[in-house]
Amino acid sequence: MNNIISYAHIKNNQVSVNGSVMFQSAHSASVSEFLSEAYKSLELSYPKFHKMDAQCKLGFLCAEFAMRGTAFLTEHELSRTAIVLSNNASSLETDRVHQHSIDDKSNYFPSPAVFVYTLPNITIGELAIKHKITGENAFFVSEKFDADLLVNYTESLMDNVTEAAIVGWVDVDGSNFEAFIFLVEKQKDTNKNAIFKPLNQANIITLYNQTKWTH
Amino acid sequence: MDALIEKLKGQIIEQLNLAEVKPEEINPDSPLFGEGLGLDSIDALELIVLLEKHYGIKIQDPKDGKTIFQSLRTMAEYIKSQGKS
Amino acid sequence: MIFASYNNIISPLGFSTKENYEAVSNSVIGVKKIKFPFSEDPFCVAKIDDEQIKQHVKTIENYVSYTKLEQLSILSIQDVIQQSGINPESERTLLIYSTTKGNIDVLENIYKHIDPKRVYLSELGKQLQSFFKFKHTPVILSNACISGILGIIIAKRFIEQGLYDNVLVCGGDILSEFTISGFKSFNALSHEPSKPFDANRVGINLGEAVSTILITNKKELAVPYDTEIVSGASANDANHISGPSRTGDGLYQCLTEILKTNNSEIGFISAHGTATPFNDEMESIAFERAGLTSIPVNSLKGYYGHTLGAAGVLETVLSLESMKHKRLIKSEGYEVQGVSGNITMIEKHEPKTFTAFIKTASGFGGCNAAALFRKVKTV
Repeated sequence: MNNIISYAHIKNNQVSVNGSVMFQSAHSASVSEFLSEAYKSLELSYPKFHKMDAQCKLGFLCAEFAMRGTAFLTEHELSRTAIVLSNNASSLETDRVHQHSIDDKSNYFPSPAVFVYTLPNITIGELAIKHKITGENAFFVSEKFDADLLVNYTESLMDNVTEAAIVGWVDVDGSNFEAFIFLVEKQKDTNKNAIFKPLNQANIITLYNQTKWTH
Repeated sequence: MDALIEKLKGQIIEQLNLAEVKPEEINPDSPLFGEGLGLDSIDALELIVLLEKHYGIKIQDPKDGKTIFQSLRTMAEYIKSQGKS
Repeated sequence: MIFASYNNIISPLGFSTKENYEAVSNSVIGVKKIKFPFSEDPFCVAKIDDEQIKQHVKTIENYVSYTKLEQLSILSIQDVIQQSGINPESERTLLIYSTTKGNIDVLENIYKHIDPKRVYLSELGKQLQSFFKFKHTPVILSNACISGILGIIIAKRFIEQGLYDNVLVCGGDILSEFTISGFKSFNALSHEPSKPFDANRVGINLGEAVSTILITNKKELAVPYDTEIVSGASANDANHISGPSRTGDGLYQCLTEILKTNNSEIGFISAHGTATPFNDEMESIAFERAGLTSIPVNSLKGYYGHTLGAAGVLETVLSLESMKHKRLIKSEGYEVQGVSGNITMIEKHEPKTFTAFIKTASGFGGCNAAALFRKVKTV
């Protein structure tokens, strides 16, 4: 049996952790403003954050909020911790920036620092680097949040060597953005975590719809 | 030269998204890579784009970047030597 | 037992696996120098001939309503469905589509009659689903350059879970100004045909291809190769988003994992071998660390360039052909040893009977994957 031990959900300029809104920014004019305010609220010093594209920042923050106050990173072998993410837009938001840089032949400056983010799985890479997680990776693209796919795949990993997993949805498309990340671990005898539910489709859908957004 | 160095500081902070670095914190003679500003291989490529975009200088062999991008001062000296400041 | 079975390759070297294998075994290479409007000097890429595509797509009903990648994918998947006779409409059949950039050419506005939203990968999935009437929405995997081999590993896992019996894994990516300009800004492109693992390698040739393989638990469908996927793993370097680990950590972790219960002799390793200085160096170190120094290695990038999401599927297919024909494929472009890890390169096509091989891949985002394939002992 595998359990969900914590989750975070970011949308509507709010961050919810295990169902309660923990941070909100009513005045953010843009995705990037919201992301940088949410980053400041965590009081981290991680200069690499500022180099990331919006999708990586969103995934980074959502995972950070989900892990706060848990012993997730210290209780598992990091080489047996998987990261499985998904979204609809792939890296399209950054793809548009790269495409724009090559559209005008008289102002043709493709940027390597932009191009490197034109792959959706870079978000997995950024999480792996931050937390030294070296286990299984997969980035799926689906039109909507697909609980079946994520649960099935996570279970298939945990039938093998994987002991724990960071799983979810990280999507940025124009001014729309949403992230939902949950932490999964193999059952232990004791568990002091805030939420504690068996990993299955129904529970994931319940958690996905649990937050009462304030606006 | 000092004016060019100041201008480069701003451009580097912007182009490389060094949001937590203030211009006055960058010593013109400190190494840009490694312990200095902690830049990495993508930043090195991005500096090549910066030179081309803002100064019209094309570095043909990226290996030359090693000497050009040692510090802000070497970068500024290189731009001067190309007559592009 | 999960088998790697019927397959297809569409590339500059042909529209079937047979054509591709014959070309490669005769040392025909698919990369050519092409002058692009956005670059001062020509450089090598592996591009599928437009006329050839025109000839083949005519068989697809209403083919103008599909993008180039969709057309090639339809042809490739169709070939595998016809060869194997599997039913795409079955509850027990799934398509996994592996790609890095999908219909990225839609972003370049080159199509007149294609809806711009087709740049979304789920839309590409929908086109393939409605063409073949797949019961299930295709699973789309976009995990940089390991997408192809990871798709095969994931297919195995889904079948083991009992979710499906037959999983088609299709890997595809096309050449686009988008990717060419990006890799060029990384200074990662070679003007000449690339030279994986060679001392004088300078970078990648980009290529385009679509390749499809059937992964199945049905013994009666295993006929083409009688080969099982023994194990597969992925791992992250957790080091840098574009540069591979200097010590090959992630790839080493994958190799250790897939080999931990192995007791067969490995015939060869189909490496990733993109011909960038750092990638090949990293791979050589990982292979040596995993104790694979004496196992022959090839990279097929010298023939096809780097076909991104297609690479892992295409290279698995040619490795299966190589094992079936009892012949190792030369690592094209390799002349002088140019990596510090102690490895054995395949310097010419040579006869060899073997029963197992390893396929590996590594990519941006620090990802790595490896899988072990083995011939099943037939009674």
